[in-house]
Amino acid sequence: MRIHFKTSYDHDIRLFPDLWSFCVYAALIVIAVLLPFLMGEFYLGEVTNVLIWAIAGLGLMLLTGQTGQASLGHAAFLAVGCYSCIILMEQGWPFLLAFPACGIITGVFGMLFAIPAVRLHGIYLAIATIALSILADDIIVLLEPWTGGVAGKYPSSIDIFGYEINRWVNIRDFYWLVLAVTILCTLAYRNLLRAPLGRAFAAVRDSEVSATAMGVHIAFTKALAFGLSCAITGLAGALMGFYAGAVTNETFSIVISINLLMMIVIGGLGSIHGAFFGAIVVAFLPQALSILKNAVGGGGVAIPGLESGVFGLILILFIMFEPMGIYGRWLKIRTWFELFPFARKDMFRRQKSYLKTERLR
Amino acid sequence: MEFLQLLVSGLANGCVYGLIALGFVLIYKATEAVNFAQGDFMMLGAFIALGLTNAEYMDLPFALAAVLSIGIMAVLGYALDYLVLRHLFGQSQTAIVILTIALGFVIRFVAGAIWGHEPQSLESPLALGDVHLGGLVLGMADVAIIVVTVLLTFFLFQFFQRTKLGLAMQAASQNQMAAYYMGIPVKRIQGLIWGLAGATAAIAGILYASKGAIDPNAGLMGIKAFAAAVIGGFGSLPGALIGGLIVGVIEPFAARYLAAGYSQIAPYALLLFVLVFRPHGLFSQVRTKKV
Repeated sequence: MRIHFKTSYDHDIRLFPDLWSFCVYAALIVIAVLLPFLMGEFYLGEVTNVLIWAIAGLGLMLLTGQTGQASLGHAAFLAVGCYSCIILMEQGWPFLLAFPACGIITGVFGMLFAIPAVRLHGIYLAIATIALSILADDIIVLLEPWTGGVAGKYPSSIDIFGYEINRWVNIRDFYWLVLAVTILCTLAYRNLLRAPLGRAFAAVRDSEVSATAMGVHIAFTKALAFGLSCAITGLAGALMGFYAGAVTNETFSIVISINLLMMIVIGGLGSIHGAFFGAIVVAFLPQALSILKNAVGGGGVAIPGLESGVFGLILILFIMFEPMGIYGRWLKIRTWFELFPFARKDMFRRQKSYLKTERLR
Repeated sequence: MEFLQLLVSGLANGCVYGLIALGFVLIYKATEAVNFAQGDFMMLGAFIALGLTNAEYMDLPFALAAVLSIGIMAVLGYALDYLVLRHLFGQSQTAIVILTIALGFVIRFVAGAIWGHEPQSLESPLALGDVHLGGLVLGMADVAIIVVTVLLTFFLFQFFQRTKLGLAMQAASQNQMAAYYMGIPVKRIQGLIWGLAGATAAIAGILYASKGAIDPNAGLMGIKAFAAAVIGGFGSLPGALIGGLIVGVIEPFAARYLAAGYSQIAPYALLLFVLVFRPHGLFSQVRTKKV
């Protein structure tokens, strides 16, 4: 049983609450760095995929989990990030410049979209973002001179000071690159939550009226959340492009947007861990299903819609029985061990809540 | 003449959107939740009717099959609320949105597993014959759709405005706790409304399947119906119908007069346009609360 004895206000917002958790995360990073020596190329590729999804999940988590604005259109921002990075690199920009630039460009796009979107609430925001995601597909086709339209684009190799990184030539280098971006994004996210802006995001999520009363500028904060969220998502989109090796108008469809939202819900809304847990589920579910199918003897049979059907079922069960997602379950298990033998079942009981109409705001 | 023909076919399409949008609005009005699976409900209703009617399945008479499938969908809607949604009672809208999207995935998978993924058409008496009005040619199914939609919207509107049950439903959505204090059985009311939405979806499905073939992905049309409901302003039944008509009419005209590539984005562009200037739809019901 651990006891946190706080002697200063800094203890509340420290990056790591104690030495133990610092050691845990340090060990995790060491394992992650050494991972290429521990597993084969195929699974390393899968892990890279998990990390890229996790970055995208972090981006959406900032908006949906932290600021409370549900977005079903983040695939559009993945596309903006991906295409802008490829186009900049075709213009001769080095990767180290083009990559942050594509994040900034996506962030600006997010802010622009936020100008009308901050006036929308709940369900209206969801439908506006769906429309955005559907429009993105058609707009990519219409902007053929830039995006290559239906024929698509093929990102070139990444070049860092003469050192070439290509996912198909050497997955290890690409993995380390993605890992570095993941760690940077996670640290940035964690630090943002400790800053006043992060607290403002949470205030907007929990109650707009109270946030206004505390001097938070709602529209500005929401727009900033959109911008930052889209910037992170844009970075993930660029990495996704390099990972896939080819992008067309169908790469970033509305299905990706929906998967992304479902992913962070399964992982646990409003937590950094949730983005990673959710990414693991999304990336490994197809593998797990095919292994399962082989086990029951139906290996060669393709069942259309099975993946999304199972995914939907998992999600329904989570929302019904564990609305905090995998991270919520993990928190309960951890608390049980930490407080042993004092943990009680009712500690995490949901407060009874009643819905009021949103038509009176 | 061409203009009129486009208009009329657009109206018939729009009525289908309107019918699905009615389902959205029903649930929204009574439970403040949004059912993203409404399009998939429609698809399921169509397939149930198809399974009962078509010669290779049950081969029942069409009228009987239609009534039966409406009944089955109503029961399914109620059961869904009873088994799944009651666990989420009082939770936020977003949770229910995500739940119903997931539900749509599952329904699509189940329908594909039972009826296959090939497009099939319903052997419906409505599918036969055209109606000639002056120079206009209208399918029987189109006429039926327009008539049924207008009647249904009218009755549902009256139901919400005039009957005790309809008022109870509105009260339950506006403030659950206050509704409890007034003696309204909120949970049972929510079950009823899901049943009603299921029945509406079945009607929409039967009419839609009479117009052409359906496959398990037909439910994705729900997104367009959703756009219709939002344009009309969620929470307003006539608004849903008018939104559906707007979307339905815009589509054939955009396809006729706009360049290829621009036509399919027209409904969504309109949606964004409406949301920018009227964030709560054309028939908005949002009032600002004074703190």
